[in-house]
Amino acid sequence: MRATKFFHILTALALVMGWVGTAVGAATIKIGVAGAHSGDLASYGLPTLKAAQLVVKDVNAKGGVNGTPLELLVEDDVCKPEIATNTATKLVSAGVKAVIGHICSGATKAALPIYRDAKVLVISPSATTPSLTQSGDYPNFYRTIAADNTQARTLVDFAVGTLKVQKIAVLHDKGDYGKGLAEYAKTFIEQSGQAEVVLFEGITPGAVDYSAVVQKIKRSGAEAVLFGGYHPEASKIVGQMRQKRLTTLFVSDDGVKDDTFIKVAGKDAEGVYATGPADVSANPITKAYRERYKKAEGTDPGAFFDNAVAATLALTNAMVKAGSAEPEAVAQALRGNEVATPFGNIKFDAKGEPVGIGFTIYQVRNGQFVQVH
Amino acid sequence: MEYFIELLFSGLTRGSIYALIALGYTMVYGIIGLINFAHGEMYMIGAFTALIVSTVLSIYGLPLPAILILTALAAAVWAGAYGFTVERLAYRPLRNSPRLTPLISAIGMSIFLQNYVLLAQTADFQPFPALIPEFAFLEPYAAIIGATDLAILIVSALVMIALTLGIKCTRIGKAMRATAQDRKMALLVGINVDRIISLTFVVGSALAAIGGLLIASHIGQTNVFIGFIAGIKAFTAAVLGGIGSIPGAVLGSFVLGLTEAFATGYVSSDYEDVFAFSLLVLILIFRPAGLLGKATVEKV
Repeated sequence: MRATKFFHILTALALVMGWVGTAVGAATIKIGVAGAHSGDLASYGLPTLKAAQLVVKDVNAKGGVNGTPLELLVEDDVCKPEIATNTATKLVSAGVKAVIGHICSGATKAALPIYRDAKVLVISPSATTPSLTQSGDYPNFYRTIAADNTQARTLVDFAVGTLKVQKIAVLHDKGDYGKGLAEYAKTFIEQSGQAEVVLFEGITPGAVDYSAVVQKIKRSGAEAVLFGGYHPEASKIVGQMRQKRLTTLFVSDDGVKDDTFIKVAGKDAEGVYATGPADVSANPITKAYRERYKKAEGTDPGAFFDNAVAATLALTNAMVKAGSAEPEAVAQALRGNEVATPFGNIKFDAKGEPVGIGFTIYQVRNGQFVQVH
Repeated sequence: MEYFIELLFSGLTRGSIYALIALGYTMVYGIIGLINFAHGEMYMIGAFTALIVSTVLSIYGLPLPAILILTALAAAVWAGAYGFTVERLAYRPLRNSPRLTPLISAIGMSIFLQNYVLLAQTADFQPFPALIPEFAFLEPYAAIIGATDLAILIVSALVMIALTLGIKCTRIGKAMRATAQDRKMALLVGINVDRIISLTFVVGSALAAIGGLLIASHIGQTNVFIGFIAGIKAFTAAVLGGIGSIPGAVLGSFVLGLTEAFATGYVSSDYEDVFAFSLLVLILIFRPAGLLGKATVEKV
């Protein structure tokens, strides 16, 4: 007991000294790093911290922004919305110009109004909830990860734009992931005005037979089936479609872009389209940062590391381009300039979504997923 | 009209799949009054055995009909052995306990078998070879009925007839009925009740294994968890038809399969299960013993 108390006092002292330190060293541009650095989800947040440190070190070595070095202020929100508001208030009162984070969508959403009111730029490597950008409520928010509905967007753009199908049957497995995707896809198809949803159905996962649904697809006259769900159901449905001599195109998500799908569906898998993240492991920037992480930590970088490197690169690059850390100038630079990241060259659209990070389309050809789009 | 016929055949296929599993359920229940929750696992074990045996046999380059027959035999024998062992280990020691005890034991056995196969084999989905060839004469009707659909329909009809006749006309069948009616009395007239019960389990499990083979080649894949949902649906079908009654299990399966197919076809597959289970509730309200079940008076 006594020992813990002693530690508490020490920590408190350290914190106070820390604040004093930041208050004195005013000749830096402060960037906050907020996310889960302890607790259950620390593995989501810590790689981002490392990524930010690596990139900021590089920028400072090159002279920082207009000669002013960058300084990182690290705050832990344990991915909890109620703590994230405190984290945000702390960072804002410490005078940060921008924040890398937060990690979880819930925490990000809770913190965003505070940053917005203080005119602080926020760039998250991992918060995927669509409304964060698309609601328009947070013009100060950017992210370097594809939103949850990006995949549906990619699928619909491909089906309507590239495959030019006009009648689409949208199926899902009634699960969070599959149904969410299917609902977005349905909305996007209807918005496109070039195709119609002729069937929207949830199937029961694990059923012994899907022939009734297959007959329904046939009757609907769909030219393509868009399926939201995972590979076990996808392979059963495709198999039964082909058994019933139905040659309708089959387009699905990254739950299907799995080698098990090809193994199980066999020859029926041929020609099936599925979305998946583009493979970036050959990109020199990705390679360089992953290797530096490995050298420092001894393990492979964890979740969202590439996204965090991209976020920090985009932010610091925009600051350098703008020649200042003032949010308005930086925001303009973020939207107006492409920046080289682990995902290739990216920039941001008016809503803060990354252009250049997202999904690509694969097709099964000769028993392998081949990138086609 | 064409759509109606297509859905009709979808329903019949589904119904006959349920029937293959429901027959074993209802038989065991009819003889010893136990709902054998491990029955779905026998179906899964049958599918796995068939997968392994057929893979090995096709390496030796045997013709497809020979592979099919040998695989079916192997799956039936192997699952039968499992059925025998499960009864010995999990149910026989509890024969004279309260009714709930063997039920819990059955659930435990089901979980055990699932995890045992998961550890011994794999948790992944496995592709299942098409053991039933495409028939040329079916090609014009391929959009309505496939080779496996037809095979499943025929096999479940044959099994139902064989079981009904076997139980009605053979000596063993007579002993089974006697055991079902009054176990103590059957013992008194010299029937080896233990052996009859063992036999019931072996036959029930072998049937489930044949079902596993046919259904896995119908959907082209297998996995350690397939027994669970199939088991629940088949159990529902058996209750619907009147648990303990063999024609009842088949009738119940078809009613369930057709309801699901038409609900999917004319309403939405989102509500497939809602329709299936609403039907179950309705039938049990008006006929508590199921469609063909006999209302029995509990002996006190």
